[in-house]
Amino acid sequence: MKSLADLQAIRDRMQKQINLRDTSDDHIRVVVGMATCGIAAGARPVLNAFLEEVDKRQLKNVSITQTGCIGVCRLEPIVEVYVPGQEKVTYVKMTPDKVPTIVSEHLVNGHVVAEYTIGAAE
Amino acid sequence: MKELSLHALDIIQNSIAAKATRLDLLLEESGPILTLTLTDNGCGMSPELLARAGDPFTTTRTTRKMGLGLPLLRLSAEMTGGSLSIDSREGIGTRVTAAFRSDHIDCLPLGDMAATLALTIQGAPEVDLLYIHRKDGREFRLDTRQLRRELGAEVSLAEPEVILWIQDYIREQEEALSASSI
Repeated sequence: MKSLADLQAIRDRMQKQINLRDTSDDHIRVVVGMATCGIAAGARPVLNAFLEEVDKRQLKNVSITQTGCIGVCRLEPIVEVYVPGQEKVTYVKMTPDKVPTIVSEHLVNGHVVAEYTIGAAE
Repeated sequence: MKELSLHALDIIQNSIAAKATRLDLLLEESGPILTLTLTDNGCGMSPELLARAGDPFTTTRTTRKMGLGLPLLRLSAEMTGGSLSIDSREGIGTRVTAAFRSDHIDCLPLGDMAATLALTIQGAPEVDLLYIHRKDGREFRLDTRQLRRELGAEVSLAEPEVILWIQDYIREQEEALSASSI
């Protein structure tokens, strides 16, 4: 079983790389809608999948945040991706199995996954 | 909502929107009665707003004139023969108590409390969250102030590696609590 003391080992490991996050110019923001509509539609496992992928790939230039209702409840779960210098991309009707593609194609390689965007759904 | 833990995640967002810095989530399972109590020190509600808080056509947000979080929780509670109560004082905070008959066929499963708590911490790592799950005389307690002490000031609780560890930790503890009562 895990014990709280394990956190000290995580701390020691992360302190070596702590300045890598937040300081780079290519900082990408992933925002997940977590209002009643998003949660009911399945935003929790989507957010979890982003955390897992970003951790697995050790993407230090990506931050994942939560927001309230984005305003198009029927297309929830909704995820917005902000890449500096580019237009915001809105992914709709998200599921956990779409997440690895978006992380590898969009967040890592810079190619928007057009078929999952709001433009393709409308 | 498909799980009680999703309701919890949802109403916690109300507390965070109310600028709470302290959240106490108590989950008590005593025989067939399951009680979920969320207490925050957010901005609270005026008596007028409190009187309308269970009405789906009440919301503080500006995107539209509806808010379904508390009405859906009330529905889930009352479907089982349980109830929802809200106490609030402006400038002090709010307490939401939902009681369920867990032996009722319409009672939602508790679901993944580990994911709910981990994502709550991820979304609001600066909030002091105390979670207590009591079941048949045993309890599991998680206090983010204690997590922060172990982790030190330089690493955020919201780091993916930390959050995923916390989620696994809670999952183990929750499973141990359930297993011990069988």
